[in-house]
Amino acid sequence: MALAQADVLAGLAEIVNDETGIATEAVQLDKHFTNDLDIDSISMMTIVVNCEDKFGVKIPDEEVKNLETVGDAVNFIVSAS
Amino acid sequence: MSRPELKQYELNKYSRIYSLGAARGELVVTNDDVAGPIDSSDEWIRQRTGIITRRRAGKDTSMMDLAVAAAKEAIANAGIQPSEIEAVVFNTITHPYLTPSAATLLAELVGANPAAAYDVSAACAGYCYGIAQADALVRSGVAKFVLVVAAEKLSDIIDPTDRSISFLLGDGAGAAIVGPSDTPGISPTVWGSDGSHWDAVSMTGSLLDFRDGKTSWPTLRQEGQTVFRWAVWEMAKVAKKALEVAGIEAKDLAALVTHQANIRIIDEMVKQLALPDSVAVARDIINTGNTSAASVPLAMHELLRTGEVKSGGYALQIGFGAGLAFAAQVVVLP
Repeated sequence: MALAQADVLAGLAEIVNDETGIATEAVQLDKHFTNDLDIDSISMMTIVVNCEDKFGVKIPDEEVKNLETVGDAVNFIVSAS
Repeated sequence: MSRPELKQYELNKYSRIYSLGAARGELVVTNDDVAGPIDSSDEWIRQRTGIITRRRAGKDTSMMDLAVAAAKEAIANAGIQPSEIEAVVFNTITHPYLTPSAATLLAELVGANPAAAYDVSAACAGYCYGIAQADALVRSGVAKFVLVVAAEKLSDIIDPTDRSISFLLGDGAGAAIVGPSDTPGISPTVWGSDGSHWDAVSMTGSLLDFRDGKTSWPTLRQEGQTVFRWAVWEMAKVAKKALEVAGIEAKDLAALVTHQANIRIIDEMVKQLALPDSVAVARDIINTGNTSAASVPLAMHELLRTGEVKSGGYALQIGFGAGLAFAAQVVVLP
């Protein structure tokens, strides 16, 4: 059964906070990982791997570049779950 | 009619690393020196890679010059004569001749002629591949003393405008003498490859493409995210396996010496391995940059030189890179 969008967003926000120190409430669906949150490619990969662990999904390397916004990531995880 | 039975090599039970040698390029290249062409800054490079300076060799210093310097130090510190070396294993991706090998010339230049001599192409895993082979050669009785050298002049294959890897790279050489031992000195090696990511770290073109005018001088490139994921999470599994087959735990280590690719790979691996604070972690990348095959012996040499670790302790060493290829083993520090 697919995970709920709100749960994924909350979980992702915690992971982003752990990796970067960015406040969880700043991690919103419309935020761009690079332009708004200033997350670099290496931190992004750490976030991706931690999301895989937390949500039990597989996020292939070639998919990571398509995850430009928090919403992109949340939607991908929800649809893959 | 009876015939005599064949003789085979008599086995040695154990091997160990007797000594190390190191040589770095003579130029200290700062982040400001490389930031311009990649539209970057000292701060950006420090944050993302940990590098403050990288060492590079000048135009008149060759990869072989660095290799000879490192090898001579290792031979002198081992307390053996170069004529006692029976095999030379040379790990490099920057020997500028397809043939003959770098190893035979090195053997000649350090006084080890007529040792068996050959090159290994395993990129950043090269030194650990070399130690695995030296261990096997010594314990199988094929060679009494083996000179393992890892040398790179990566500045020959960089593109100053490349943002993926060029600005990380440095030039240097590390060397080790491996020989017989009364006690265990080199654990089983956990090694392998993953050719499904053959092009994750690769050249921009082949020499044939260059000859035919289809590409400019080939330089090194990497797919940073793919490599980062593999280098941390897959290599952490390899490192754990290396501890397991060595029969020790992380707390028994004196040092962790990973390939010096990026400080964030090193830091993340430390986290994955849950290393106690008592383990010294090599971070030679800060001052030397990424020297591919040479980075593990250079980093271990530096830990010993600065007194951060002492001879006799256990060090987990792990190399990983283009191929993709990887190798890890626990060694007793020389």
